Amino acid sequence: MTNTEVFLQQLIYGLSNGMIIALVALGYTMVYGIVELINFAHGDVFTLGGFLTLTIVGVLGAAAIIEPGALGESSHWLLLLGLVIAAGVFCGGLNLAINRIVYKPLRSAPKLTQLVAAIGVSFILVNIALFWGGAPMKVFGGGNAAAASKDFPEILEGSNLLGDSSNVVLRLEDIAIFAVTIPLMIGLTLFVKKTRLGRGMRATAQNPIAAKLMGIDTDRVIAATFLIGGFLGGAASVMWSVYNNTISFQMGFRAGMDAFTAAVLGGIGSLPGAMVGGVLIGLIRAMSDQYIETRWTNVVVFGVLILILIFRPSGLLGLKQREKV
Amino acid sequence: MMMNSMKTANFRSAISAFAFLTSFALLPLAGCGSDKPTAPAATAADSIKIVSSLPRTGSANAQTTSMVNGIKMAIAETNGKIGDTTISYEDWDDASAQKGNWDPTVEAQNADKAIADEAVMAYVGTYNSGAAKISMPKLNAAGMVMVSPANTAPNLTKAGFGEPNEPAVYRPSGKINYFRVVPTDDVQGAVAADYAKELGATKVFVLDDREVYGKGVSGVFQKHAKEIGLEIVGTDGIDTKASNYKSLITKIKQTGADLVYFGGTTQTNAGQIAKDMVAGGLKAKLIVPDGCYEKAFIEAAGAEALEDRCFITFGGVAAKSLTGKGRDFYLAYLKTYTSEPEGYAVYGYEAAKVVISAMQRIHAAGGTITRASVLAEVGKTKDYTGALGTWSFDANGDTTNRTMSVNTVRNGEFVMVKVVN
Repeated sequence: MTNTEVFLQQLIYGLSNGMIIALVALGYTMVYGIVELINFAHGDVFTLGGFLTLTIVGVLGAAAIIEPGALGESSHWLLLLGLVIAAGVFCGGLNLAINRIVYKPLRSAPKLTQLVAAIGVSFILVNIALFWGGAPMKVFGGGNAAAASKDFPEILEGSNLLGDSSNVVLRLEDIAIFAVTIPLMIGLTLFVKKTRLGRGMRATAQNPIAAKLMGIDTDRVIAATFLIGGFLGGAASVMWSVYNNTISFQMGFRAGMDAFTAAVLGGIGSLPGAMVGGVLIGLIRAMSDQYIETRWTNVVVFGVLILILIFRPSGLLGLKQREKV
Repeated sequence: MMMNSMKTANFRSAISAFAFLTSFALLPLAGCGSDKPTAPAATAADSIKIVSSLPRTGSANAQTTSMVNGIKMAIAETNGKIGDTTISYEDWDDASAQKGNWDPTVEAQNADKAIADEAVMAYVGTYNSGAAKISMPKLNAAGMVMVSPANTAPNLTKAGFGEPNEPAVYRPSGKINYFRVVPTDDVQGAVAADYAKELGATKVFVLDDREVYGKGVSGVFQKHAKEIGLEIVGTDGIDTKASNYKSLITKIKQTGADLVYFGGTTQTNAGQIAKDMVAGGLKAKLIVPDGCYEKAFIEAAGAEALEDRCFITFGGVAAKSLTGKGRDFYLAYLKTYTSEPEGYAVYGYEAAKVVISAMQRIHAAGGTITRASVLAEVGKTKDYTGALGTWSFDANGDTTNRTMSVNTVRNGEFVMVKVVN
């Protein structure tokens, strides 16, 4: 492999991994922007999305629906779309339920209480995933080893799009990540910018009390935020599973940590910040693996985070908070 | 854009609150090893206990369940009695759900619990070499025998493999209380390197999982590989929680390596490495040590990623290839549990059996079963004929058994391709 090929390859991997991180990061940043809560359970909602995806694939696989050509030429893309929607709705609903059951009653409680509650929810979800891993299905290894990583079947054809002789590998799954994440990000941006509910979100983010005085149903806005954040997390979990061909009950830990770091790096509360932050973290990881050493990658990632926070305490795209008079 | 109405002060307090919470989570870690409960005087009793400390939560569960079955069989063979004394067995977990792997805090608690319970005469464990480091000095100070069915890191018993203070640091009493029935990695790493050469490899990339076991075995592999003329084109330690290793695989591809050695276990993501080698188009062979010799590894990697390109070394032979008493064990296991035992089941059986045999010898000689007498008698195990053949414990507490096998995966099952003595 020439140096250019290596660089190109790392760029592909960095962007692919980064886009997934960005999608998860949006969930953190949106919730923080609205209710100032770091939703530590978000990574684990993402994990459950992965488990749901594998369960669906297992059920469909048993019924041979995912056999090539069963739904025509585009069956794999249709399946992917179906999975994204299913996992998105599931994770959105789950996030919504968590908000309703746990966070809403604690809304006026001290921030620390909410934070501890979020960590508690995270533990509960991890254990649900552990339990789920023991499902007596073939895709879960018959449920013999609940905590083992599960092999996720290849949904998209795995050959190299650039040809077998090419040193650089570009697979359908890399393309799929972009095909799924970019429209979602554009959709989210338009939604927040153009719709009435989006305007409500912006208003609530700026000043919840004033927003309430203006007749905005802030509870509804908050619920919508959790729903959308969860949906994006669910979509990300499908892409993560398809891309890595594995799921495990701990998948949300690193994904969540990377995404949270991305959100802070980009400026927590800022939507484009989360997107930029996610892609940056993906790229830094890939380049550090290649040009430094894998064993130093975490150090590099957090080193960059610290450096950026020293010079721009509110993150790359976070605006400085106006002085309150 | 629009949601950046962030109240910096609140955000900071949230972060510091998080840091505060994390520091709590780390506290027990810092505390381990600092408290040394004193051993109560162990006396003869009507009822004695053997306990095991193995990772029961996490993906090693299938493997450890099989080992626990082996231990239970060893005890059942005596009908749970030595003379008038009843032997009972307790199956302890040294893993936590949050880690999904062995947890230093839990292992330390297990050791303390065993020491505090006067009825406990022997400690069978651990599975992970890193966990052994935690309980070894505690049990040593308490004078309780510890027999590991699966630890392979050489530095636990032999000088010159790890830190200068090893293994003395695990033997505060100066006596040896730790024994193992499995050959160590100084044998295993070398066998792997020899096999790499046999496969025709010339350029090797060495990875480890940055744990005691993984680093140890990959270090031995690397040293031996150099000696037999293989070129080491690179080394790296992986992040075991990473979502994928595609970038790392690209780096390995660039070095032109034709073989990758990974010192690690299923729990430290060996499956993902095998998978990403395929996804990244790296057409090199993969060799992994015995920490991957379990069905969970095939499950995690997906059989197609391993078929005839991944080789797994193991300190012994596959259960179905055992002979003599080993064959008896294998057949009895199939009969009792109606499933194939995992690779380490027989080691669990042998470890418990060695302890029980020592107890029986004490009883036959009219002695009293105490921690001290059991420890002394286990140490005298010599030319013992068990399921693993005829072997002894050497002066370091290691088995004299040196049988190793190389396995691969075909049709989703482990297949033994070579036996080295």
